Amino acid sequence: MEIKTDSYRVIQADENSTIKLEGALRLSGMEEYAPIVDLFNQVVDSSVEKITLDLRELEFLNSSGINVLSKFVIKIRQKQNIQMIVQGSQKVAWQGKSLKNLQRLMPTLQLKWE
Amino acid sequence: MITLYGDFVEETLGEQAYLAIGFSPSSVPLKQRWRNNGLSADFLADYFSTFFPAADQESDEINQRDELRGTVSYIANELLENAMKFNYERSSYPINIRLYLYPDHLVFLVTNSISPKQAESLQKRIQQLLHEDSESLYLQTLEQNAEQDILECSGLGLLSMINDYGAKLSWKLELLPLEIPLMLLTTRVELAVDGFGAY
Repeated sequence: MEIKTDSYRVIQADENSTIKLEGALRLSGMEEYAPIVDLFNQVVDSSVEKITLDLRELEFLNSSGINVLSKFVIKIRQKQNIQMIVQGSQKVAWQGKSLKNLQRLMPTLQLKWE
Repeated sequence: MITLYGDFVEETLGEQAYLAIGFSPSSVPLKQRWRNNGLSADFLADYFSTFFPAADQESDEINQRDELRGTVSYIANELLENAMKFNYERSSYPINIRLYLYPDHLVFLVTNSISPKQAESLQKRIQQLLHEDSESLYLQTLEQNAEQDILECSGLGLLSMINDYGAKLSWKLELLPLEIPLMLLTTRVELAVDGFGAY
């Protein structure tokens, strides 16, 4: 599955267990984030054992988007049996500043830097 | 009547470089204007980042210019999103953002009007932001937000500037003596750029 607009792209791969986000996500509030939230919820509710979230090419994310990612991580944490990997890039400013918070929400989450 | 929260200082025009962008709130509906927040934020970021050196592109580390660009873009975008979202629709006061560049720090100032009712809830949030531990407040906000199905406001924008970017926030709230009571809110964000390089 793929969501694509002029400014961002969300791609699912590896039998849906990898989600890749690209571009700039600055949508206005939760209503506009709904299609992405739905995609995240489907992944959490499927029977995957491991989820990889690839953010390396996500150059901008606003705080509403940070909230969406955080909620996704909390839902995975609540499932207790899903392994979570987040791939980030040190070259993207917001990631260096804010990604560590996802690990605080879910200490078993693996943060892989590139 | 003017009330200040945190260490709010007015900028006096000296030799520092600054940029200001103003928006007339009545001109275009909020939804259509949303894209402008990102464009304006990127413009401020691109403009000011040229004052900082770009380092070796081969390095794995982020260079100072890209870090500054990303940081200015994030903060300016969040401030504009808030200003557009909470601006009092009955007021025709313009919304504006100003960014000042000093040798060792940056100052963002965003002004918009808010309703007296909005000002009450804002004052509560300001007290939390000024006096509570930012990391606990951040995690607590994320956990609380995750329990809500419908969320109008994440409450993360200003908090992330403090917690993730080490910014210092302060506010000026001014009650205007008009027929319809109106508050003018200025949010000030100060960010150290020590070590970013020469200006």
